Amino acid sequence: MPTDANAFQTALALILGMDPVLLGIVALSLQVSLTAVLVAALLALPLGAALALWRFPGRGAIIVALNALMGLPPVVAGLTVYLLLSRAGPLGQFGLLFTPTAMVIAQVILILPIIAALTRQQIEELHGEYRDQLQSLGVSRPRMIPTLLWDARFSLLTVILAGFGRASAEVGAVMIVGGNIDGVTRVMTTAIVLETSKGNLPLALGLGLVLLGLVLLVNAAAHLVGETARRRLG
Amino acid sequence: MNDMLHPATAAMTAADDIAPLTFEAVSVTLRDQVLLHPLTLTLDGCHRTLVMGPNGAGKSLLLRLAHGLLAPSAGRVHWEGTTPRQAMAFQRPVLLRRTALDNLTYALAVTGTPRGERRERGREALARFGLAALEKRPARVLSGGEQQRLALARAWLTRPNVLFLDEPTSALDPAAIRAVEDAVLDFHRRGTRIVMTTHDLNQARRLADEVVLLYGGKLIEHTPADRFFAEPRTPEGRAFLRGELVW
Repeated sequence: MPTDANAFQTALALILGMDPVLLGIVALSLQVSLTAVLVAALLALPLGAALALWRFPGRGAIIVALNALMGLPPVVAGLTVYLLLSRAGPLGQFGLLFTPTAMVIAQVILILPIIAALTRQQIEELHGEYRDQLQSLGVSRPRMIPTLLWDARFSLLTVILAGFGRASAEVGAVMIVGGNIDGVTRVMTTAIVLETSKGNLPLALGLGLVLLGLVLLVNAAAHLVGETARRRLG
Repeated sequence: MNDMLHPATAAMTAADDIAPLTFEAVSVTLRDQVLLHPLTLTLDGCHRTLVMGPNGAGKSLLLRLAHGLLAPSAGRVHWEGTTPRQAMAFQRPVLLRRTALDNLTYALAVTGTPRGERRERGREALARFGLAALEKRPARVLSGGEQQRLALARAWLTRPNVLFLDEPTSALDPAAIRAVEDAVLDFHRRGTRIVMTTHDLNQARRLADEVVLLYGGKLIEHTPADRFFAEPRTPEGRAFLRGELVW
């Protein structure tokens, strides 16, 4: 068993040498999480905007539910999707369990509430500012949704990046519904868990560094986007 | 289409076309507090009506009721005839987080202008309001005066029969005020009825052909401008002209 210092050196060598196993895992992680973010954003942005613009019975309950689901433990999301997709479950016939698709579904469930709830806040605030003017121009409410989403684009990008951060960093859900199958559903977080318990610290550490770098990159991007928008658009 | 006619003729035909706006015993109450006492008023013709009064008199309230941004607590605000096209300029212009030109093409898109014409008409309006060089600048980093002119250019494109302006110059420097006042007169020449609030007496003297004076949420006077400035009918009117009417 290598010492920690050696593990760190080997990890760097794996990253810099573009180790194919490591690259495969990173690629699958990105594919799953980016797909999940895309799907979740397509659903959650209009949903959040609609929640901001319409008043209807049960609206408060939906908002409370979304806010609560922002803190949904990933293992619970994973368990739910597992029950839905397992052979005996309602969606068992599609044979999706232990596939990347199942992992995407689980991550969508995790991040959709985040994007929807934060979008509602952003759009409600912006609508407060725009309401009189849009009403004066005779803009219909359905028409306001794309208008407000576009005008809130920079803060919403930060919201989407927050969703991506949660998706790429969680381990519980993808472990349960993906099964951590080598070369098929093994992503960075599940691989780190496995390799650590096996004692293969270099690979675990290498993956950890990549994951850390990715999270840093995402946050730096979010910060940069926000700053640029403030400076350029006022 | 009125642009095709002689300006004076255009104003006259338009004046006949624009439906009178009537307030019937309109009042606004918020949490037991009366902000506007029952008020009856008709705004008609192609006037330049300046709504005046000290802060808190109900000027903005009156404008928001007229434009339909606010529903009265009691009474009725209605157009006697077809509801005319309207636009409103606010004290702080609300501009979209897009370029100056995109703010204009957005208004054109909303009002159903074919896509192919929007940019060209937007550029014409920018030029008309002296903003041609700022076409690609984000609207919200423009100066206060430029923002208000852009808001007026946007209103211009929707060809309103009635233009409401809520203290559009209160945050501007003299040159910018002059530009806005010129624009208001341009609107009027095109046959647009002007309803504007101000607390600036000199501005009212320059622009008004009739005056609505509010005080403490009550309608005090509705008088032709020359008569109001020469000899107000009411003690409040006289006090206001002397600058003694506060709160």
